[in-house]
Amino acid sequence: MTALTQLRDSRELLVNLTMREVRGKYKRTALGQLWSLINPLAMMLIFSVVFGLVLRVKIPPGSPSGLNVFAIWLVCALLPWNFMNNAVSGGMGSLVGNANLIKKVYFPRDALVGATVLSCDVTFLVELGVLFAAVLVFGAMPLPWLPLVLVFVLMLTMFSLGLGLALSVTNVYFRDTQHFVGIAMQLWFYATPIVYPISYVAQAAQKLHDKGGRIFGHPLPVEFVYRLNPMERFTQSFRSMIYDNRWPALGDSLYCAGAAVISLVLGYWIFTKFAARIAEEL
Amino acid sequence: MTDIAVVVDDVSKRFRLYRQRNQSLKAALMRGGRAQFDEFWALRNVSFEVPVGSTFGLMGVNGSGKSTLLKCIAQILHPDTGKISYNGKISALLELGSGFHPELSGRENVYLNGSILGLSKRELDARFDEIVDFAGVEQFIDQPVKNYSSGMYVRLGFSVAINVDPDILLIDEVLAVGDAAFQDKCMEKFAEFRRAGKTVVVVSHAMGTMRTLCDEVAWLDGGKLVDIGRPEELIDRYIDEGHAQRDGDVGGARWGSGEAVLTNVSFMDAGNVSTTKVRTGDAATIRIGYRADQRIDKPVFGLAIETLEGVYVWASNTRDADYVPDYIEGSGSIEFRIPRLMLLPGTFDISASIVDYSTIHVYDFHRHCYRFDVDHGTPRESGGVVSLGGSWGNLTNKPSNKPSNEQSNEHSNDTTGIST
Repeated sequence: MTALTQLRDSRELLVNLTMREVRGKYKRTALGQLWSLINPLAMMLIFSVVFGLVLRVKIPPGSPSGLNVFAIWLVCALLPWNFMNNAVSGGMGSLVGNANLIKKVYFPRDALVGATVLSCDVTFLVELGVLFAAVLVFGAMPLPWLPLVLVFVLMLTMFSLGLGLALSVTNVYFRDTQHFVGIAMQLWFYATPIVYPISYVAQAAQKLHDKGGRIFGHPLPVEFVYRLNPMERFTQSFRSMIYDNRWPALGDSLYCAGAAVISLVLGYWIFTKFAARIAEEL
Repeated sequence: MTDIAVVVDDVSKRFRLYRQRNQSLKAALMRGGRAQFDEFWALRNVSFEVPVGSTFGLMGVNGSGKSTLLKCIAQILHPDTGKISYNGKISALLELGSGFHPELSGRENVYLNGSILGLSKRELDARFDEIVDFAGVEQFIDQPVKNYSSGMYVRLGFSVAINVDPDILLIDEVLAVGDAAFQDKCMEKFAEFRRAGKTVVVVSHAMGTMRTLCDEVAWLDGGKLVDIGRPEELIDRYIDEGHAQRDGDVGGARWGSGEAVLTNVSFMDAGNVSTTKVRTGDAATIRIGYRADQRIDKPVFGLAIETLEGVYVWASNTRDADYVPDYIEGSGSIEFRIPRLMLLPGTFDISASIVDYSTIHVYDFHRHCYRFDVDHGTPRESGGVVSLGGSWGNLTNKPSNKPSNEQSNEHSNDTTGIST
C-alpha cells in the first residue's frame, strides 16, 4: 500500500518536474514552444542540402510505401536520434543543474533525470506528429504503425533514461563527463546510419575487403561491429515503420528491447549505488 | 515505539576534505583512481530519541554538526554509520523557495514545490488559497517569481513548506524570515502546529527562543553529543561554556591598538560576586579590569549591552558621564554600578572598550565579552527588553452617549498603527 502511494506521489512529482522543464525551456522567447519544432526543421534543412543535394546520398525508395523523399527519410532517423541525444545530455546535467534543490530538499533524485527525459519525450511526440502528417501528405500511410512506433518510443526512452541516470551521477563526481559525452555523441551520430543508408557501410566493407583488409584470413567484421550499436537498430526500426510502412525486423526489435532493459537496469543500479552521497559532492 | 517520532541511532557522518579537488577524469587517472582526501567526522556516534508531540532543539557552536544532523534527519545527507528512523511524514524548512523556478509563475511554483515536498495535486488544490493567503502574494500569484521581492519569495516558500502538514517538521533558523508581521504569523502557525501534537526539531542560535520553545534540547560539540535534557538547565550550561571560551584573550570580536588592554570584564551581583544570572530589579555592578603598559592620557571606558538577537539596548562611556581620569598607567579597574537593573528576562551580551578622549582611536574593544541572563524579578512586566519601572493607575470611567462601536473602531485603528 505504501509502495503504491509512493509510486503515485512520485508520479505526480515527475509530471510536475516535467512540466517545469517543458514550460521553463522556452519562457521569454517570442516563438515559445515553436522552437522545439524549428530546431529539428533547421537540422533537417541543413542535412538535406548537404547530404541530399551536395553529396547526393542515394537512398532506397520506401517499400512498400513508395516514398522517395530524402528529407523525410532523414527525419525518420533524425528525430529518434535528437531525442536520445537531448535526453541523455539533458539527463546527465540534471543533477548538477539542480544542485540547490538537491542540497536543500529531500525527494527521489531520480525524478530529476526522469523529468528531463520525459520533457524530451514531449517534444519528440510533437515532432513525430508533424512527421506523420508530412508522410501522409506525401501519400504514404504510416498510421497503422502508430501503436508500434509508440512502443519503440517507450523502448528508446528506457534506453536513454538508463544512460542518463548512469551519466548524471558520473557527472557529479567528474564534471569532465559532460564534455566527453559531447564528443562521443558526435562520433555516435556518424556511426549511426542517419545521414547515409546502411548499404554504404556494406559497400565500404566490401572495398576494404577487396583491398586486402583481413584479419587472420577472415574478412573484417565491419558490418557486425557496426550493427552492435543499439541506435543503429532503433534507427532502422523507426525508418521501417514510418518511411517504409512495414514491420521492423524481428531481430532489430528484440535487440532494441534488450538494449532498453539492460541500459535501464544498469543505469538505475549505478544511480542508486552513488546517489546517497551526491548532496555533499555537489 | 509509536510515541517516538524520530530515532537517531548511533549516527556518524564523515565528510571528505579533498586535498585537491578531483573532478576531472585526467586528475583521477593520473592519481591512479581515487582522489586523495582527509576524513572529517561531522557527526560521531550521536543517538537520541524525539518523542511525538515534543519540540526538540539542537544547539551548539558553529561547526558543531547540528545542521549536518538536521540534514541527515531530512534524508538529504546519508549517514555513514547508524540509522535514523521516523514515525510519520517529515518536512524540512532548510532553505525557503529553493525549488522555485524563476521563470515560472507563483502559481506554477506552488504546485511544483508542493509536489517536490510530497504533496499531491488534490491536496495542493485544497490548500492553494490558504498557501497564497498566508504568504500574502495574491496579487502577484500569476507573475514569474523572479519578479518577486526577496521577502515575497521566502514567504511563499515558507507558506508552501508549512502547509505540507507534516507530522515532523525540521527547522534550521528559518523562523527569522520576512518582516515582523510575517514572523508573528510564522510563530502563530508554529504554535498551532505544536498544539496539534506535531513534532518539531529545530536548530537555532537564538537561545531565548530555544528556551521558550523547546521541551528538550540536545547539545552538540565537535560532532559529538555533549548532553541532552531540559532546556532550562542545558542552555545555562551551554551559555556558561560559551563564556569560558569568550574569556580567553583571542576572539574575532576583539580589536584595538593595545597600548591599554581590557584584562577582565565581570558582571557582579549585589554581593560583588561574579555571576551570569540576575533578576530584574536587582542591584548589579560591571567591573572592567585594565592594564596599560605605558602612560595613557585621558582614557575613556565604555560599556554596551545588546540582546542575543543583536538589539542594541544600552551604552555609556566615562566621557559622557564626565568621569575621565587624567591618565592611567599599570593596572587597575573601574566599575559601573547599577542600582536597579531594569532589563526584562532574556540573555544579554556586554561589550567593553577603552578608547582615547576623542573616542576615535581604539586601544581595546572587546565585543560580547560577557553574557548574562536576566530572570523574572520585580517589577514583573509582560514583555520586551526593558522595564520602565512605571505603574498603572488613574483609571477613569465616564459613561458616554457615543455608540461604542465607534470607539472600538478607533481602537483597532490604533493597534494596526502600532503593529505596522
